[in-house]
Amino acid sequence: MSLFKKKTIPDQSNGITFNKKKIRWDDFFAEKIIKGVAFLSIAIIVLIFFFVFREAIPIFTSNTLPTKVKSDSSLVSTTTPAANANQQETYGADNTTTAPKQETYGTVTKDNAPKQEQYGMQTNAEPKQEQYGVVTDDNPPKQEKKATKTEDKAPKQEQYGVQTNDEPKQEQYGVQTNDEPKQEQYGVQTAEDTANKIENKEIATENTSENKITEDNNKNALATLKSRDWQPVSDNPRYGLLPLLFGTLKVTIISMLFAAPLAIMAAIYTAIFANKRMKEIIKPAIEMLAGFPSVVIGFFALMVIASVLQSVFHYSYRLNAFVGGIAMGLAAIPVIFTIAEDALTSVPKTYYEASLALGASKWQTAFFVMLPAATPGIFAAILLGIGRVFGETMIALMATGNAALMGLNPFESVRTLAATIGAEMAEVVFGDTHYNVLFLIGSMLFIFTFALNAIAEFYVKGRLLKRIQGK
Amino acid sequence: MKNSKIFTENLYLHYGSKMALNNINLAIPEKKVTALIGPSGCGKSTYLRTLNRMNDLIDSVKIEGNISIDGINIYDKNIDVVNLRKKVGMVFQKSNPFAKSIFENVAYGPRINGISDKNQLTEIVEKALQNAAIWDEVKDRMNDSALGLSGGQQQRLCIARTLAVNPEIILMDEPASALDPISTSKIEELIVQLKENYTIVIVTHNMQQAARISDMTAFFYIGELIEYDKTKNIFTNPEKKQTEDYITGRFG
Amino acid sequence: MIKNRKIDIKGFVIEGLTLSSALFIIAIIIFMLVVIINGGKSAFSWEFLSAFPKEGMTKGGIFPAIYGTALLVIIMSIAAVPFGVITAIYLTEYAKENSFIARTIRFAVRTLAVIPSIIFGLFGLGFFIKFVGVKMDGLFLGGELKWGQPNILWASLTMALLTLPVVIVSVEEALKTIPRELREASLALGATKWQTIKKVVIPGSMSGIMTGTILAVSRGAGEVAPILFTGAAYYLATLPHALSDQFMVLGYHIYVMTTQSANVDQTLPIQFGTTCVLLLLTFTLNIFAIILRYRIRKKKIN
Repeated sequence: MSLFKKKTIPDQSNGITFNKKKIRWDDFFAEKIIKGVAFLSIAIIVLIFFFVFREAIPIFTSNTLPTKVKSDSSLVSTTTPAANANQQETYGADNTTTAPKQETYGTVTKDNAPKQEQYGMQTNAEPKQEQYGVVTDDNPPKQEKKATKTEDKAPKQEQYGVQTNDEPKQEQYGVQTNDEPKQEQYGVQTAEDTANKIENKEIATENTSENKITEDNNKNALATLKSRDWQPVSDNPRYGLLPLLFGTLKVTIISMLFAAPLAIMAAIYTAIFANKRMKEIIKPAIEMLAGFPSVVIGFFALMVIASVLQSVFHYSYRLNAFVGGIAMGLAAIPVIFTIAEDALTSVPKTYYEASLALGASKWQTAFFVMLPAATPGIFAAILLGIGRVFGETMIALMATGNAALMGLNPFESVRTLAATIGAEMAEVVFGDTHYNVLFLIGSMLFIFTFALNAIAEFYVKGRLLKRIQGK
Repeated sequence: MKNSKIFTENLYLHYGSKMALNNINLAIPEKKVTALIGPSGCGKSTYLRTLNRMNDLIDSVKIEGNISIDGINIYDKNIDVVNLRKKVGMVFQKSNPFAKSIFENVAYGPRINGISDKNQLTEIVEKALQNAAIWDEVKDRMNDSALGLSGGQQQRLCIARTLAVNPEIILMDEPASALDPISTSKIEELIVQLKENYTIVIVTHNMQQAARISDMTAFFYIGELIEYDKTKNIFTNPEKKQTEDYITGRFG
Repeated sequence: MIKNRKIDIKGFVIEGLTLSSALFIIAIIIFMLVVIINGGKSAFSWEFLSAFPKEGMTKGGIFPAIYGTALLVIIMSIAAVPFGVITAIYLTEYAKENSFIARTIRFAVRTLAVIPSIIFGLFGLGFFIKFVGVKMDGLFLGGELKWGQPNILWASLTMALLTLPVVIVSVEEALKTIPRELREASLALGATKWQTIKKVVIPGSMSGIMTGTILAVSRGAGEVAPILFTGAAYYLATLPHALSDQFMVLGYHIYVMTTQSANVDQTLPIQFGTTCVLLLLTFTLNIFAIILRYRIRKKKIN
């Protein structure tokens, strides 16, 4: 008996036949587009990797740098020597052309103008300001703007501020009114300013030797990366990353010492001890903290935490690693709490019940059964917490004091890697060594957080599964 | 056997490395009710889902063998699965109306087939609801959410939704298993009515139900088709011992 | 032995300790809210919300910053939400579970979520401004400088990258709550995959898409680091009226007012007021998102 009786395809009730594949274009394109877009997130990671590294590479390859500079200036199409010259100088001693506007990252533009005034090189200060001004023309309140500009001189110093002035009132908001100690402006800088000026001018006027100088700068930069001084703006710039790394680590350790125990204990309470109603209140409440913008936490640290802690510990620098660490800890708490709580609740209920059935009390169960089972998850929580603090910018900018010191005292000011980028990127010149070094710092941050995440993802998750499922 | 609608020949199905169907050969007659019975996990639902290629959605499934509907192998490379499913409708174990109005639920199928004329849609929907014996209950609240209906009504709505596409074959995967006795009997009545126009394949746990409504019965056990015959014969005079054991309730 | 219930001091102390940690964190949150709202409420007035800064930013309002923030999050959402939703759809509807591609994409999304925001700023500068922008100027404007500098478009796109994972994760969670039976019902009726997604899956996960958008907006409104050098400005006398304009934004306003303003004392009410506005904005959005998410999870259980 043949099962396949050939039948002529009859007139079907709905007239639809399926024996031939129909191409549906909307379906086809939808799938292709969706697939393509989904790959975007991978592409973004690769692009970030590429573009952040690309800007950092010139430091290491001083020979290939000139082509890069050239290509950039040709893109900007103002390839006049003057423009190139201006591209070279950081704090533009010679600002007669309009070119510099292109090279500065003028969001924090007010920094440029006052500084030039400080150096006293500015012969045509008035048009200069307009040029750098955020609103270049067609703004009526010109006077007002100018007023703001000149007022900015003082806070500018604060940004690099090692504060030598101990007058409490001024310190309270980190404003330094001391006008002359220019040396202190960049930490421990000892260089002669006049020399600085002259050399800058030389660079500016010497158009032809521009690339060579950049090369030299890069060689110097590479040599100074391991030094202990972060003085990017001086006649002999030193890009020592050690103090920045040290400061970042110091702040991270302080914040973890503060945040990790608190967040993990809170997670233990929520996951093990709390009844359902408490859990429903505590969990979203703590997760609310994740909704606080870091600039708000930074503001709170600057205004409140710094004062409170100062009155407790009586330290001399109002803004320091300790204040910054506590504030960043606040930002890390929800990260650690959420992941640790997840890890604890994903421990199978049977563990918990078995332990209780053996006569262990609730806390014994918590510490000797649940916690060990969830250790990899809690470890991951701390790793991601570290990642959060390590790259935190706004809180570091606002609360750590931003002086590149290397003391062990937790109440000293520090300057973190991320804050350095945030504070200085707005005022460097595109393609300059300083610019490249900042991107190098960015690459370091990127690699570090990427590695932390990868460890948390692959290593820790594997361990966790192994432990819980016994695979 | 004459008037066979669906032929299954040497069908094997694997979930990953686990065999779920082992050499199934089955011919399902046109415009009759065919019941698939057997203990849970025996492969009857899996088999049902091969008939409209619903198993395609599961990544790990591998299928060998032939299934043909009206002489066309539905696992052929050139088969249009979307149109196949328009021809082979399916009613699921758990009623699954969309979170739309009653009208929109039934109109869903016609709409995706490109019918947008309001009058035509109304006509199709009305007819489908009448055929599914639910028209009288919902005609006054066509725009209410389908989720507000009772379980039995929802299931009949799902049947109406299937009918609105105008299929030839209707697959039913334990359509009454989650319903109360009254709703169940309504569904059973409906199935008996529907077989005049449709070929129906129904998976059921309930042997009385199979005995009541089906013309043919296939008994599956651990992925194999043990016995397939007229329902009367299976229930009164089964050939195989396993079938008898199952039907008399000795296991399963 | 069984009868005499021993008072477990250790257990009591430990439970108390963990509880007090939780309460301490909540207390800090409440304290922050109270201090900031208390400090900011005196500055609150219609003028504060609707006027431009005056007299060297020591008086007046913060309207340009509010406007800029709104514009930023709108452009950001336009960019981030469709891409996030589509990626989530790919992960739940198209990609095979645990396939290499799906795992790679998930890893990339989680990595995006943990990359420090300042790195996005660097990327925005290096990619959008110095690569795309400069190339655009070279191609369309013959080198005239328009796009190769910080502006609101680049800032918004940078922010969109930052908030992309927020959208993806929320939408994915919502898509997973759509029962498989509904998808099967649609497919069994002869709908194509795309029709099923369009008519069943997306409408069913609207609240999840909303949650993702709200969370992304809340995040984008609060972040400052990515826009430090991609478009935010210290002070502008006019509102941005083109994509190539710079803009003022609340978070950056707080930062410059607290650290760079000339007379910190005098601007203190403005600082508190601005912080208060930003905090209330993100807070309200977050509460909305939590309520929406809670409802989605409840639906999933039922």
